[in-house]
Amino acid sequence: MDEIKKIAYNCRKATFLIEKKQLETLTLREKLELKIHLVGCSVCRTFQQQSIMINQMVKGMFHSSQPQETKLDETFKNELQERIKEKLNGN
Amino acid sequence: MPADKLSTLNQLNTSEINPHKWVILYADYLFTYAITRLNDEELAKDLVQETFLAALEKTAQFKGNSSERTWLTAILKNKVVDVYRKNSSGPGKKSTVKEAEQEQQDFFDSEDGHWNEAHRPQEFGVEQDPILNKEFNQILQNCMQKLPVLWLSVFTMKHMDDASTELICTELKVSVANFWVIIHRTKINLRACLQKNWI
Repeated sequence: MDEIKKIAYNCRKATFLIEKKQLETLTLREKLELKIHLVGCSVCRTFQQQSIMINQMVKGMFHSSQPQETKLDETFKNELQERIKEKLNGN
Repeated sequence: MPADKLSTLNQLNTSEINPHKWVILYADYLFTYAITRLNDEELAKDLVQETFLAALEKTAQFKGNSSERTWLTAILKNKVVDVYRKNSSGPGKKSTVKEAEQEQQDFFDSEDGHWNEAHRPQEFGVEQDPILNKEFNQILQNCMQKLPVLWLSVFTMKHMDDASTELICTELKVSVANFWVIIHRTKINLRACLQKNWI
């Protein structure tokens, strides 16, 4: 009971479990601890919501950035093309 | 052109590999891959170039059981990991692990682990569709770039590449316990940075 009480008030531990949960299956005990904590802690509920959102954004960052923004400049590309050609032709 | 070179070229053309098209087809993709992980334009360019040149050396190893792009990305990825390894203390304006840890040292009460008032997560007010919010995305990217290199590499390998924990630990030489500490601390800092710069 003492342990349960500890987690009920420990946001550091709860946020750790929130992170772990998104990447791995929690043990039954951890699940229970987190559940109990979140019932009573709206701050950590906000944290959880934002944490999930950040993960989604990070996932999307690379995949969705294809068509826009980060493009190499043409000069560099041409040089690169030349180097490949040179190399293919044995310099 | 010497005959043996010619035959190499012919071989290349008949297999599924075509280096003449690499730049057109994959340069932007690979550059984006590198820059989202390193945030260093010059370094990202260098790595793209090195990737192509390294790939040319080992075209024979291309088995055709993955796409050309996947194959090139794998080569680039190894190069990114090498950079992470070399720079685990962090170049330029990136924080060191120590600084990043200090940043969050008063986030929680040292006695009971509860959020300290000043650092409690608050609603961002963009929860509806932050993913489409360009400005919000930009802030997140800036926040990521302030992370210590080791944290950023663990974080991106896990969340962008879906790499297994085991692989990340081996490649970056961190223990599993430390891996979880880094995943946790990275998120705490990132979230705080978003709150600080958005609200």
